[in-house]
Amino acid sequence: MTLDWSVLDIDADAEVERISAQLRESVARTLRRRGVVVAISGGVDSGVCAALAVRAFGPQRVLTLILPEHESSPDSTTRARSLAAHLGIQPVEQDIGPTLEAIGCYRWRDDAARSVVPGYGPGWRMKIVVAGGTTGRINHFRLIAHSPQGEVHESRLGLQEYLQIVAATSFKQRIRKTVEYFHADRRNYAVIGTPNRLEYDQGFFVKNGDGAADIKPIAHLYKSQVYALAQFLRLPAEVATALPTTDTYSLPQGQDEFYFALPYRQMDLALWALNHRIAPEPLAEVLGLSAEAARHVYDDIRAKRRATQYLHRHAMLVSPVSEIEPA
Amino acid sequence: MTLRTELRQFIVENFLLSRDESLLGDADSLTAQGILDSTGALELVAHLQERYGVTVQDEELHPDNLDSIDKIAAFIERKRG
Repeated sequence: MTLDWSVLDIDADAEVERISAQLRESVARTLRRRGVVVAISGGVDSGVCAALAVRAFGPQRVLTLILPEHESSPDSTTRARSLAAHLGIQPVEQDIGPTLEAIGCYRWRDDAARSVVPGYGPGWRMKIVVAGGTTGRINHFRLIAHSPQGEVHESRLGLQEYLQIVAATSFKQRIRKTVEYFHADRRNYAVIGTPNRLEYDQGFFVKNGDGAADIKPIAHLYKSQVYALAQFLRLPAEVATALPTTDTYSLPQGQDEFYFALPYRQMDLALWALNHRIAPEPLAEVLGLSAEAARHVYDDIRAKRRATQYLHRHAMLVSPVSEIEPA
Repeated sequence: MTLRTELRQFIVENFLLSRDESLLGDADSLTAQGILDSTGALELVAHLQERYGVTVQDEELHPDNLDSIDKIAAFIERKRG
């Protein structure tokens, strides 16, 4: 079978109608809530979810939240505000920085960073990047730290430091979700989760953080399809073309640096091709990679699926309690 | 105790939370069995560095060196060479 980019084309009009209808059905009939909460980051995924929610329920039944913290980009907040204005809804803004400070998010993270880069402290900025997966090596993580004087330090992270930095940073997603559920509960609303297919499939989310939600309306869509919906829904240009970033670390960080082996458009095609049992060679040809590199990308996708299975699991029971199984 | 026995004990105890060494053969692929993911690899490398006094370079973080007891043992022996 031949492979080309058109496999990712989507009938945006029909898809928007389908998702809106499903949102209404699921929220009203299955979840039995009266509207939805969507936290908007200024990125394209949450922007499309908010726009779909407004289509499905009308602006009166959609509560958008903007939840910045000390290290999120001010641009993200500006984009989120312009999205809300565009959708005709008044967002609730809450700075979660003081909460993160009180709970120790920044302190635990910086303690771990300091054990790798002595002297790490206030005024420094950092990010984690992934290395290895595209070359057939085992993925590992590197810390990149910039001192206030602009010196750059880069080191491989050991197990303890890596785990502690990720655990501390995950407070951001988990505190955000706590705020989302507060507002959902006080209005009897459901919470929308905003992962796209790449993130959902590859486990790029924090369990009980951004991974928690009552409904995930775009989890079946490849990232380039989400961009197509953003165009169709006429989102403000700065949201509809926002590049995927984590906006979680203090240095700018693309999602492909932190997690994915390739930039999102190429990842989309690789995931589609793997899902449709396309051999590595046609993928390699379209992406301009060697067949070996394409095989490594497939292996990396499979490895991440295995490694993140736990994130998708509900709590395990020793014996089934069949009486309360969801319908 | 041989190197392979030590490695098996470490992997069975730390990754399978068991003492049953029959769970793992010398040639079994740790990644294919779902025993070793990227976090597990970091843990294994930390153990090898501490227990055997070797330094594992970035380019050595490869399944050829770490994916079975046989491969890890050969890798350690090469490093200590």
